[in-house]
Amino acid sequence: MSVSMTAPPRGRMGAAAAEVWRGTWVVAYRELLRFVRERSRLVGTLLQPLLFLVVFGVGFSGIIGPLAPGVDFVQFIFPGLIAMSVLTTALFAGVSVVWDREFGFLKEIMVAPLGRSGIVLGKAVGAAGVAVVQGLLMLVIAPFIGVSLSVGAVLAVIPVIVILAVALAGLGLILASFLRSQQGFQLLMQIIIFPMIFLAGVFFPIGSAPAWLQVASKINPLTYGVDALRQIFLGTGGSAELGVELFGRVMTIGQEVALMGGLGAVLLAIAVGAFTRQE
Amino acid sequence: MTAPASRVTGNAPIIEVDRLSRRFKQFEAVSEVSFDVRPGELFGFLGPNGAGKTTTINMLTTLLTPSSGTARVNGYDVVRERSEVRRSIGLVFQQPTLDEYLSAEQNLRFHGYAYGVDAALRERRMTELLEMVELDDRRSGSVRTFSGGMKRRLEIARGLLHHPSVLFLDEPTLGLDPQTRHRIWDYLHALREQEGLTIFLTTHYMDEAEHCDRIAVIDHGRIAGLDTPDGLKHRLGGDLVILQADDNAATAREVRETYGLPATVQDGRVSFHVPYGEEFLPGFVRRIEAPLTSIGVRRPTLEDVFLDLTGHEIRDSELDEHDLLLQQGGRR
Repeated sequence: MSVSMTAPPRGRMGAAAAEVWRGTWVVAYRELLRFVRERSRLVGTLLQPLLFLVVFGVGFSGIIGPLAPGVDFVQFIFPGLIAMSVLTTALFAGVSVVWDREFGFLKEIMVAPLGRSGIVLGKAVGAAGVAVVQGLLMLVIAPFIGVSLSVGAVLAVIPVIVILAVALAGLGLILASFLRSQQGFQLLMQIIIFPMIFLAGVFFPIGSAPAWLQVASKINPLTYGVDALRQIFLGTGGSAELGVELFGRVMTIGQEVALMGGLGAVLLAIAVGAFTRQE
Repeated sequence: MTAPASRVTGNAPIIEVDRLSRRFKQFEAVSEVSFDVRPGELFGFLGPNGAGKTTTINMLTTLLTPSSGTARVNGYDVVRERSEVRRSIGLVFQQPTLDEYLSAEQNLRFHGYAYGVDAALRERRMTELLEMVELDDRRSGSVRTFSGGMKRRLEIARGLLHHPSVLFLDEPTLGLDPQTRHRIWDYLHALREQEGLTIFLTTHYMDEAEHCDRIAVIDHGRIAGLDTPDGLKHRLGGDLVILQADDNAATAREVRETYGLPATVQDGRVSFHVPYGEEFLPGFVRRIEAPLTSIGVRRPTLEDVFLDLTGHEIRDSELDEHDLLLQQGGRR
């Protein structure tokens, strides 16, 4: 038997899979490259949570006592602020397709031999990469506000950020398919980002909010990201006061990660559909 | 992996277009267009804005699905074998498609990754192309700081990085100053000589169409004429005689009756074609009875060809198209 017969046939399916794979890493690579080159974006996404930490944290911690034994207000909001930087980064990465379209670069991507779904996945993977770097950078503050970091905690944070970022990038990509130009972008970010942050339990425990607000919070995917990070840093697992209760049970990190992962998969699938139909 | 092996052998056409059409709702942007491009040819689509040039390019480069008809590029079907077509072609769009936040080099490298060009080959080719378009001293500069001409040159270099068989250029010199336009044409001619590249371009500049081996004159989505620039001009019937008289209509009538030439009156002038203008003129002036105020003869231009084929000047139809777009509420 000749060599060419034993070699796996690189059929249409194989070639298509290779194009999806190449699309994913090429687009993700560009996202990371731009992140490195655009210092202002890095500073911007880091400054916002820091500002919240100083203004809300220092300002309120005097009047708001410890929320639970050993957890003061600054410590309470710190994990939420990391989730917040993930939200801004990932949502922006998804919606940035609108910029790419407007400034023409999307055409360069679209005419290249790259799989459409790979392009969408690449945006999500790139967003996750950027979010992880930013999240880890924010950990530098932890010792100064009395949040103790262990190697285990740092390692556990990474997958949570990745899953949260992928889900939110999916959401951003879906939003991008509704936007024809950047004009609607500012408004959209205002009506999406701020409600999501305030409803996610970044600044107050969900359990202490009125019932109607709790419903809104539990629909918000960011809520589970905030709580998962909080459980990792503050060891608040199983605490009914600080945790998130769903169907009468306090959520564990595993459940929250699974929920975000499932949601992320659905959002990405919708995003792939929207993108392939539109472009 | 780079460009797929060409399925085109010998002198068979590298682009084959057969009754290609594209409709946008009611509006037929391209209708029943057929033509062939031979390997190594510099082929131009000449027509006003909105004539269907970009729509045709978008179909040939797999960005737009045709409503009907077929097209093959490098032997691959633009609908069924998109991926092979994409790897066979380089593309320079009308609007810049560079990532302005990246450097020239990073833009090229991205392209190399996207087309799966082997690393060593890519780096060598990058250096070679950046030298050709005279951007090698700006390779690590941010594209944001580049002028319009530099961006266009970088895009041409990028379009060639993966060794395509056909380079498509949509209005390659639009919005550039005359000097830069001249330089772009120098590169394009050099490329043809060095790499035997086939170039397909669209333009609405008559002087640029003169550079082409063959031109398809396109108007309202149809090909009105297709030949070499000289061939197209030759079809008009030779040199153009333009004269003014006290009574233009009567003079035109006299020319038609005495010489059997189809003289027309337009914009206060009488014009008609004769095979050899310089030889024709002395005898004509001696014999004509109508009093003339001025007379001249010149070689026909593509402008005359366009007027003859479409019945209007390229400028008029641009206005039409603009109005049309306004009526439709604008298209992206």
